[in-house]
Amino acid sequence: MSESTATRPVSPHLGIYRFTPTMAMSIVHRITGIALYFGMVLIAWWLVALATSRSWFETANWLLGSWFGLIVLIGFSWTVYHHMLGGIRHFIWDTGAGLGKQTSTLLSSLTLVGSLLLTAITWLVYFLWF
Amino acid sequence: MVELTLPKNSRVKDGKVWPKPEGASNLREYKVYRWSPDNGQNPRVDTYYVDMDDCGPMVLDALLWIKNKVDPTLTLRRSCREGICGSCAMNIDGTNTLACTKGMDEVSGAVKVYPLPHMPVVKDLVPDLSVPYAQLSSIEPWLQTVSPEPAKEWKQSHEDRQKLDGLYECILCFCCQTSCPSYWWNGERYLGPAVLLQAYRWLIDSRDEATGERLDNLEDPFRLYRCHTIMNCTQACPKGLNPAKAIAEIKKMMVERRV
Repeated sequence: MSESTATRPVSPHLGIYRFTPTMAMSIVHRITGIALYFGMVLIAWWLVALATSRSWFETANWLLGSWFGLIVLIGFSWTVYHHMLGGIRHFIWDTGAGLGKQTSTLLSSLTLVGSLLLTAITWLVYFLWF
Repeated sequence: MVELTLPKNSRVKDGKVWPKPEGASNLREYKVYRWSPDNGQNPRVDTYYVDMDDCGPMVLDALLWIKNKVDPTLTLRRSCREGICGSCAMNIDGTNTLACTKGMDEVSGAVKVYPLPHMPVVKDLVPDLSVPYAQLSSIEPWLQTVSPEPAKEWKQSHEDRQKLDGLYECILCFCCQTSCPSYWWNGERYLGPAVLLQAYRWLIDSRDEATGERLDNLEDPFRLYRCHTIMNCTQACPKGLNPAKAIAEIKKMMVERRV
């Protein structure tokens, strides 16, 4: 037994573990957090265009208004909402509340449902009123 | 370090399909992780068929049925068979739990059995738990006092005793410890949910007088703060305890002693 310690395999982990809502939303919270950095670059790019010239600004607006731009913006708004609701969830957890097995699962599921709902409302308002 | 895939020597290959028991009509399929240090081969998943008319209802019953009737080389830890010793902790149907308290009727389809995740494997379903045990001893899990010893026992009010409920029941099976992705990636430096629950059990004990030193020992970016509230620990605990809550309470104690 002693001579084989170095060659011991590592038991399977991520590949065999069943995802729960809490685990899945934890990973999505990370991914949306990273995505927000790219969203900030997008906003900075738009502001730079605004400060540069009228034609640059119009090009930027045209690109963002195209179907491709809209998909990116809808995705960006969802990441903002998801990460924001995830942040609120973590804030609640940091107080020691909502950490039960059922409650934590519910809070995690609400992050997903809530973010999709808020994104839908935001863009409904945009398409209906603007 | 985050390593999403397994190292080359750990990748799981297809294994042997063992023959179905003769004359049995009520069969249950089992897919069990196998690895032996003796033949230099990669781990594999073997398929067994368990005769349900000849076997008890729990996953442990089936594993022992396999060991007794089909394949005596199958290796696993077990002792009490009633959820109090913590020996038969393993990954069943994608979740860490105790084989002795997990009913087969809770699993649909083939029952998949792996050792506790992201641990060095000694053999088959037996993981090497030396690191978590060393981490447990690092938090000094015993009563520490400076006051002169009382003539009889250290006394505690009913209210203070109640604070230990949900903590003292931990059987150290390490189901929570090895369910935690943070522990998978930083298991050498992050203490993990089981050890932190034990740490909190002594922090909150009204008789213990080493609270400050205990908190000092945990005040570290890795030992405590690698907990990112992924909640796998609480979802997994076969005793229904809440390590995530214990960790949150330790983090609160850290803040409270600073303000």
